[in-house]
Amino acid sequence: MAIRERLSGNEAIANAMRQINPDVMAAFPITPSTEIPQYFSTFVANGRVDTEFVPVESEHSAMSACVGSEAAGARTLTATSSCGLALMWEELYIAASCRLPIALACVNRALSGPININCDHSDSMGARDAGWIQIYAENNQEAYDNFVQAYRIAEHKDVRLPIMICQDGFITSHSVENISLLEDDEVKNFVGEYNPEAYLLNDNASYAVGPYDNPTHYIEHKRQQTQAMINAKQVILDVAKEFKELSGREYGLFEEYKLDDAEIALVIIGSAAGTSKDAVDKLRAEGVKAGLLKLRVFRPFPAEEIAEALKNVKALAIMDRADSFSSQGGPLGAEVTGALYRAGAAVKTVNYVYGLGGRDVKVENILEVFDALKEIEKTGCVGESFRYLSVRE
Amino acid sequence: MYNFKEVMSRPERLAGGHRMCAGCGGTITVRAVLRALHPEDKAVIANATGCLEVSTFIYPYVAWKDSYIHNAFENAGATLSGVEAAYNVLKRKGKVDNTYKFIAFGGDGGTYDIGFQSLSGAMERNHDLVYVCYDNGAYMNTGIQRSSATPHFADTTTTPVGSESNGKMQNRKDLAEIIASHHIPYVGQTTFIGNFKDLHEKAEKAIYTPGAAFLNVMAPCPRGWRYPTEDIMEICKLGVETCYWPLFEVIDGKWVLNYKPKNKLPVEDFLRPQGRFKHLFKKGNEDLIEQFQKEVDERWEQLLRFCEE
Repeated sequence: MAIRERLSGNEAIANAMRQINPDVMAAFPITPSTEIPQYFSTFVANGRVDTEFVPVESEHSAMSACVGSEAAGARTLTATSSCGLALMWEELYIAASCRLPIALACVNRALSGPININCDHSDSMGARDAGWIQIYAENNQEAYDNFVQAYRIAEHKDVRLPIMICQDGFITSHSVENISLLEDDEVKNFVGEYNPEAYLLNDNASYAVGPYDNPTHYIEHKRQQTQAMINAKQVILDVAKEFKELSGREYGLFEEYKLDDAEIALVIIGSAAGTSKDAVDKLRAEGVKAGLLKLRVFRPFPAEEIAEALKNVKALAIMDRADSFSSQGGPLGAEVTGALYRAGAAVKTVNYVYGLGGRDVKVENILEVFDALKEIEKTGCVGESFRYLSVRE
Repeated sequence: MYNFKEVMSRPERLAGGHRMCAGCGGTITVRAVLRALHPEDKAVIANATGCLEVSTFIYPYVAWKDSYIHNAFENAGATLSGVEAAYNVLKRKGKVDNTYKFIAFGGDGGTYDIGFQSLSGAMERNHDLVYVCYDNGAYMNTGIQRSSATPHFADTTTTPVGSESNGKMQNRKDLAEIIASHHIPYVGQTTFIGNFKDLHEKAEKAIYTPGAAFLNVMAPCPRGWRYPTEDIMEICKLGVETCYWPLFEVIDGKWVLNYKPKNKLPVEDFLRPQGRFKHLFKKGNEDLIEQFQKEVDERWEQLLRFCEE
């Protein structure tokens, strides 16, 4: 039986964590993710979970403790945002290379500087090469559902990689929405027991983690790590299928919105997809063949599937809520363009950076993007391929 | 009662064949601390990046017989906090039967400096673990650069003696005192003396006192200190007899002096055999030794006051 609730994104994630009842949580507060360890501490304080909560003195230590705990054989999680994730940077790579299926609730917030507490994706996009699975949510329901699915993906024997479940700071983390929760038992049974094969506290065998690798072995270990990420794609789909049977809610690598016959389209991640769907609806009402691809899974990057979904689009805007300062656009822009090129899809693309530091994204802003796409479609000329949206020049 | 023969005949928990230098104080520290584990108990060892880590766990070989985790340079304290938290919950859930003890090893770089915050956090949270610093007074793994544990005037590769420099310009940080200020159940400072009774007993107390414990072990590095490798016991003895490196404990906040030399030797006896202090013995540098002596005396007097001696 589904439970109808009204929760903020942070409450939703904290409730998913409570239902999972992990072994260890190590966390340090940072806006806007602070509420997650706060809510969770309350669950600990009231005996609603069996978890050891480690209130560390920094995010670097949070992820360090997570590495120790997960390596010891305990199902482990944390939550963070922005500079907190940046402070974890070194440890993110170590967690992934040690093949530790830690779950991290990332509440996306702009990186300093200047210091800014509001949403953009510069934090998790900065961690995109760290070897973590990254799954993004448009709304609170998706954030909750993604977190419930997280360990099934991360702990899968073909994967064994850490996983980052991302949602937009304040926009979803602090907005209260209607949400459908699973029963505690349903989550418990879906996630299952954690029984690692090799771990530090194995009564029957010692185990060593974190060797020095010479050039004789390092590259093979990296090759195995990348294979795990390749394998993750199918596991994500399999877990989503099972989740649908349980919840009735369907997830894939991305969501296609009115994309089938679309001539102009957007690729976008996160909460602004909702705003963009509104813009698509307005255009469709006017007879414009507009569509949208909302990316859910950014790591592994589903390049072939994206290219297949977009190959018939005439003009495409790739929307980045982070600048990579390559002077060419954002990370999503580079990767989607690369996917289309590899697939031989002749789609004209323009890459927008939008919504940095919480700059509001309105339907009319997205309509401007579609206007630009109409122009590109009409003239066949892209013009500036890297643009900032809604910025004072 | 300390039984030298029995303790020394315990099975080695750090296997031979690792790549540490002959006569390395770090390895001597590790073997001595691990001998204090009761043979029936298991351990998880955490190790900060440093000589010890890169020489004992070179894939696919590992010298450690206990479970072992190396994470990074600055976070052995936090890493072992996580392991200990995992133990508490898995033990409660009946998923672990054995009794495990938790021991972190870090050099002074990974402990006094880059790992200081992580160590302080682990101590303040009072995890049931022991952090052992093998203090050789510089970043030896990267090639003898100064640390905050490096003594005044030491010649290191980032405080080189030159026409305008007499080596390190600053005094050494007193980490054992700082950790004692965390009000944890046990802090001990020791080194290699005689039949290793002092180190053994402190290690055993540190491991078997519930809650956080810290051991600071002066662990000379023959390469960095520039003395003949075989003289390590003599060097340590001089460190203690000059009161440069006093032996003490802080048990539940109470300071205890473990050894008071009958005749406190001048610190130059400790400095003279070490190549890193060679410049102090050049004519005209007598005042530098005087400054060093003054610092040693002040710290010794302070320690006597703490210990109410």
